[in-house]
Amino acid sequence: MFLALRELRFARWRFTLMGSVVALIAVLMVLLSGLSSGLVNDGVSGLQRLPVTAFAFDGGTKLDSAFSRSVVDNQQVARWRQQPGVREAAPFGNMLVNARSDRGVPVDLALFGVEPNSFLAPSAGEGTGLGAPDGIVVSRTALDAGLRVGDTVTVDRIGTPLKIVGATADQHTFGHVDVAYLPLAAWQRLHAGVGPGQELPAKAAEQATAVAIRADDTADLAAGDAAAGTTTLAKRESYGASPGYSAETSTLMLIQVFLYAISALVVGAFFTVWTISRKHELAVLRAMGAAKPYLLRDGLAQALVVLVASIAAGVAVGVALGGLMGGSGVPFALEAPAVTLASLLLVLLGLLGACAAIVRVASIDPLAALGGQR
Amino acid sequence: MSSTERTGLVLSGVTLRLGDGDDTVTALDGVDLMVRPGELVAVVGPSGSGKSSLLAIAGALTTPDEGTVTIDGRDVTAMSDRARAAYRRDHIGFVFQSGNLLPALTALDQLRLVTNLSKKRIDSRDPAQLLADVGMAHRADRRPHQLSGGERQRVGIARALVGHPSLLLVDEPTAALDRARSHEVVQLLAQETKQSAVASVMVTHDQDVLEHCDRVVEMIDGRLSTG
Repeated sequence: MFLALRELRFARWRFTLMGSVVALIAVLMVLLSGLSSGLVNDGVSGLQRLPVTAFAFDGGTKLDSAFSRSVVDNQQVARWRQQPGVREAAPFGNMLVNARSDRGVPVDLALFGVEPNSFLAPSAGEGTGLGAPDGIVVSRTALDAGLRVGDTVTVDRIGTPLKIVGATADQHTFGHVDVAYLPLAAWQRLHAGVGPGQELPAKAAEQATAVAIRADDTADLAAGDAAAGTTTLAKRESYGASPGYSAETSTLMLIQVFLYAISALVVGAFFTVWTISRKHELAVLRAMGAAKPYLLRDGLAQALVVLVASIAAGVAVGVALGGLMGGSGVPFALEAPAVTLASLLLVLLGLLGACAAIVRVASIDPLAALGGQR
Repeated sequence: MSSTERTGLVLSGVTLRLGDGDDTVTALDGVDLMVRPGELVAVVGPSGSGKSSLLAIAGALTTPDEGTVTIDGRDVTAMSDRARAAYRRDHIGFVFQSGNLLPALTALDQLRLVTNLSKKRIDSRDPAQLLADVGMAHRADRRPHQLSGGERQRVGIARALVGHPSLLLVDEPTAALDRARSHEVVQLLAQETKQSAVASVMVTHDQDVLEHCDRVVEMIDGRLSTG
């Protein structure tokens, strides 16, 4: 470190310039990490908070948008209940609607139709839980959008009035839309497009979107699928079946992968130029008898100091900016494990880039130290 | 580490061929040279006569095709690359053209770097004291670009002497200096050679400074003749 630290001080502007680029990449990384956590929350937090381990969709449903296509009936639910290892199975209805509150606030709602006495019923953080035939429990975030407990919302076109009896304690959203839990019977009417006063066809009263399952790890889901004629997705896999989820996460992932690659290349390019510009000095050091491991260690320690310092600065700025973003309506959530992982990856890949440049040190010929300085 | 007796540098029958195949050039052709501790030997000769090759061989930077190089009785031609690097670090001091100091280091740090290169070194000289000995104490915190050519060479000489070398090899020390500075620098070399009882070899073009040397040998086409 003797030489490394003195060089850092001597060439501080050059290192600062390179460090700023890495720091800016780290800022971007933190923001992207927050955005992708935020989007995941916005996209599937409603599913994440359901106490289920898997969803069984009707057999043959296209799985990339199964939540909007699948239809299961009571018989399939009953079959699942009988499977060994399945602790609970209940019908789960899902659909997106536009609605308007009695105070004129237009809202999008993701309806989660559940049996009020089933394990899927939400616990209310405010107001009461499900019970009344037209009573709904909305996500806490819907209150931010202008709804109140006690409001009545009317579903567009069908004209069904629903009364907000409670709100959840956490964010429950699905496909960037606030979740509203409602009794399955009410959901079945809406799903069939049956308005107030009209009669619900007998068949529709048997239906839901999927079977929500809470099972032990030992449960044989394939056997359940065979018995009930369904296709099961574990809860995590089912996120991909919600609207837009795969496209959003894979886009962000692609950007992040590119950023990692760019950062490794920037650091590698800098240290390549830096090492080449010091070729004569390094030859002098080799002639003076500096061991190769000494020079390699010194070079890597230097890279590590620059990387850690600039990435720490970048993460600090990123977190500060992220703090400003809270409450601006942008889906943004900073999660310590994700940010830590991103920082470590940046350091690691930067070091890899530096490594590729610094190994040149080993091949420098001490003979070049003799003769004039170039 | 065995405390070997100081016997100086002995080159015997050293031959070095450069290039390969039909383009082979004989840079050194059966060179014999002996330099005792405390002796400053100047090597003169036209460009391309093999002076630099002689330094490279004597300094264990490269190995000859034939012949042996012994320093204080140790045959350095038989050593591995790594062992030669360690030997250079612990027993050989180099003074390069125009100092070849490291731009990032102050004068004092140039000397301290040498002690930092080897954790095991036991008998290095005190950098601050040595810098004072070469008359550079007042410039200890300056970096090379803040020093004159003569000052750089003084620091370079001090750096070469930090590790108590057995052998001091000097490459064109006055190439970038005016007459007065050249004399001062070579005088310093002669003086330190005596005081440190180091065997010194100086390659130079500069006929002016030969008066400070104990002996002058001339190199022509890879052969040495006593001048």
